[in-house]
Amino acid sequence: MKTRRDFIKISTAGAGAAAISFKAFGSKGFGLFESKIEGPASDEDLTPYPTYCEVCFWKCAAWAYVDKSGTIRKVIGNKNDPHCNGRLCPRGTGGVGMVYDEDRLKTPLIRDTRKDGSQYFREATWDEALNKVADKMKEVKEKYGPEAFGLFNHGTPGGQFHHLLKAYGSESNAEPAFANCRGPRSSAYFSTFGAYVGSPENTDIRDTKCLVLIGSHIGENMHNSQVQEMSDAIDKGATIITVDPRFSTAAAHSNHWLSIKPATDIALLMAWIHVLVFEELYNKDYVEQYTFGLDYLKDHVKDMTPEWAYGITTIEPEEIRKTARAMAGAAPSVIIHPGRHVVWYGDDTQRGRATAILNALLGAWGKRGGFYFPEGVSVPAFPHPHFPEPKWTWKDWNEGRYPLATMGITTEALKASVPRYNYKHQLKAWLVAGTNLPLSMPDKRLFKEAADAVEFIAVMDTMPMDITGYADVVLPEATYLERYDALRASPNREPNIALRMPAIEPKYDSKPGWWIAKQIGERLGLHDYFNYDDYSEVIDWQLKQLGTSLEEMKKVGVKKYPRKSGPLYLGDDEDFEFNTTTGKIELYSVDFADHGFDAIPKYTKHPEPQPNYYRLIYGRAPMHTFSRTSNNPNLFDLMSENSVWVNPKVADLWELENGQEVWLKNQDGAITSFPVKVRVTERIRWDSVYMVHGFGHSNKKLSRAFGKGASDTEMVTNVMVDPIMGGTGMRGNFITFLTEDPVMEGKEVKA
Amino acid sequence: MRYAMAIDTKKCVGCGDCVVACQTENNVPHGYCRDWIVERVDGTYPSLSLELRSERCNHCDNSPCVRCCPTGASHIEEGGIVTVTHHKCIGCGACIQSCPYDARYSHPDGYVDKCTFCLHRVQKGQNTACVDVCPTKCLYFGDLDDPNSDVSLAIKDRAWKVLAPEAGTKPQLFFLT
Ligand code: SF4
Ligand code: SF4
Ligand code: SF4
Repeated sequence: MKTRRDFIKISTAGAGAAAISFKAFGSKGFGLFESKIEGPASDEDLTPYPTYCEVCFWKCAAWAYVDKSGTIRKVIGNKNDPHCNGRLCPRGTGGVGMVYDEDRLKTPLIRDTRKDGSQYFREATWDEALNKVADKMKEVKEKYGPEAFGLFNHGTPGGQFHHLLKAYGSESNAEPAFANCRGPRSSAYFSTFGAYVGSPENTDIRDTKCLVLIGSHIGENMHNSQVQEMSDAIDKGATIITVDPRFSTAAAHSNHWLSIKPATDIALLMAWIHVLVFEELYNKDYVEQYTFGLDYLKDHVKDMTPEWAYGITTIEPEEIRKTARAMAGAAPSVIIHPGRHVVWYGDDTQRGRATAILNALLGAWGKRGGFYFPEGVSVPAFPHPHFPEPKWTWKDWNEGRYPLATMGITTEALKASVPRYNYKHQLKAWLVAGTNLPLSMPDKRLFKEAADAVEFIAVMDTMPMDITGYADVVLPEATYLERYDALRASPNREPNIALRMPAIEPKYDSKPGWWIAKQIGERLGLHDYFNYDDYSEVIDWQLKQLGTSLEEMKKVGVKKYPRKSGPLYLGDDEDFEFNTTTGKIELYSVDFADHGFDAIPKYTKHPEPQPNYYRLIYGRAPMHTFSRTSNNPNLFDLMSENSVWVNPKVADLWELENGQEVWLKNQDGAITSFPVKVRVTERIRWDSVYMVHGFGHSNKKLSRAFGKGASDTEMVTNVMVDPIMGGTGMRGNFITFLTEDPVMEGKEVKA
Repeated sequence: MRYAMAIDTKKCVGCGDCVVACQTENNVPHGYCRDWIVERVDGTYPSLSLELRSERCNHCDNSPCVRCCPTGASHIEEGGIVTVTHHKCIGCGACIQSCPYDARYSHPDGYVDKCTFCLHRVQKGQNTACVDVCPTKCLYFGDLDDPNSDVSLAIKDRAWKVLAPEAGTKPQLFFLT
């Protein structure tokens, strides 16, 4: 008889085949679906409310469909939205699970101490919790100055708290998304083209003829319109080249998969540059007209031949030549994707530069099928007095280090919180808005030390994430489907705005971020910066300046505007001044040279694993994002835990079986708090293992996600810092397997 | 009229959006699903191939589940869509056992449930929820009798296969290879 399990076995038939499926098993019922709502949700019985998705930060515009009982039944993409074209990704479709997760933070909480000295959270009223935050802010201002109150933020409500802190007098803020993720590419592309690669990226994938993904996992990284456009490009016959030590989904859909040895990417990129330059395949007119430094580049790469790179990368010289020629053949409709989460080995800005230089040689920047010029709507600021001038800001933590950092570096913020680092400017208290620091930061020791050192932490979130465990005050935020938020105005091909309005009232005693920020502001005497009763007034005022209204936006959700900045692409031979020192695309970076950095990237060898250790590569699964979705009931159904991918040869050596639980231990002796299941698969090299980020939660209040899978960040204790912009390289960690519960071995955890 | 679906395994990224969309559209209880993803890997590193495919009920022309249903709850609707009338279903599970695609599950409310090709949407001329949501647009739905339907066009110039042809069920899901 066939059962679900047998069916999966059927599909594994064939030599060397392995199949997994994520048909869901079991029958735990959750939240909404216990209410016995029958049958499908017919659109005409539902009322749609416009929103934009906040599960990841691609910000797809959508409609939340609400039934007569006031339940959100589904969230569907807005057809008029260029971020999603009417189709959300799995996380966005499952976003409704964020509202109906019964583990949500429900009331404000205040840390208290029992008679025996143990600490606990007690429920508090909003008034008490807000007073406590405001009182602490007053105290810090008096004792140390407002600058000592720091903010960690991510996502839309983060902006509300940034506003609050600026009104209060502090610019001490950091977003892990900069130094832990995309900062190196920002600095790399800015130094090359004088422009940033934004979000959504200005990659013209829809019309490309050749897409090169190097450490970029479109499809597993679900940034929505980008995935859609790659699929369109495949339909139109584009060549896809993927460089990845892992046989990623994108690699499987590619014409060329270069199974590179980890940590050697710059060598491959330089060899590609060598081929383009010395086979004279680069876009000569473009390079002559728009770039600076070809001669330096030529001289620099003369010995960086494919044969040289072969010895480093293990990619055959012929494959390097063939793929370089494929790019040149498609030019200028070619994209070497700048990537996202590009903090690997500490030379990441330089790797980003190498991809930027390749794009420049191919003439892709400003060309159809390469990189378009994005344009956004500038939303006027709701009138308020000038912000006070802080005496010092996040820039001063760095004290000259990381000169090209353009945003606060989170690790620097942590160090600035620890007295023994002796930073001239110290942080004494934190506000944390929507970022789960213990799971998003490498080196948990530093985080813990910093959290211990500060006098006060207030956390605003929708879920009892690990970070809430460190808070003095927890402020439960309404989810994105229950609140107004700032208008979305991210640049795109067509300038556009999108509205987020509440589809339902906030559940429990949660409150929108804008409300929380305003309440704290009022208590600090900052009313003039929060001169409205409801945030919808701010939005309505802004919309009127933009020639529309809240009323209209409620009907359409998304509004597009004509471009004002000119066409999407450069015209033939059009004069163009780039926003760089030379006014040209800098193959040779004058700015880098001035700061004492290599003006042209070079390959540096990085440490390799000791015997019995494997390089830890981590990444994303399409149904989860960061560590914030692991407990979402809908997405938990799709993937409830991560696994560690192990090559069959390695599994043989260690006698590991598929599904067996192991603990991971890294080169510094850190051990995962929880075991993780082994997945034996050919899709990973024998010198590396792979796992999906965002699992292994240690907060028991996450009833589904607690203890499921292991946290990759626990294994990231060796952080390779980028000297240029402070990026925290996290791919230089090596793990080994413990097959017995390390508690029984006498657990030794340095981390 | 003959409704069918085509799935492009060269474009599916296995994201599972089709699965969540089906769950929210059809109010499928947590822990269950009407569609799912299969991943198949062949070869050894680095000579590998990977097939990802979204699977569901095949709405077979020659459907064993309909033949074996003792109450007539399982039946064939307009356009060849195989459905279960919930109030007629006694939950005996004979159909679950007979389906070579393992497409059916026992709903906690006591009846057998499975993909309906979103009959309630299709009757209104809409696409199914899974087709409408798929970010890679790798799912195609429509009437095979109409040469211009999305599904007919999708299979026209591409090689395709069906699953378990040996079972003789005449499945109506076509996997583009
Ligand atoms: S890509 Fe997905 S998760 Fe991110 S905003 Fe869009 S729908 Fe939401
Ligand atoms: S939504 Fe589309 S791409 Fe994603 S798994 Fe389903 S069929 Fe594949
Ligand atoms: S056709 Fe409808 S019922 Fe069938 S799998 Fe797709 S969404 Fe679910």
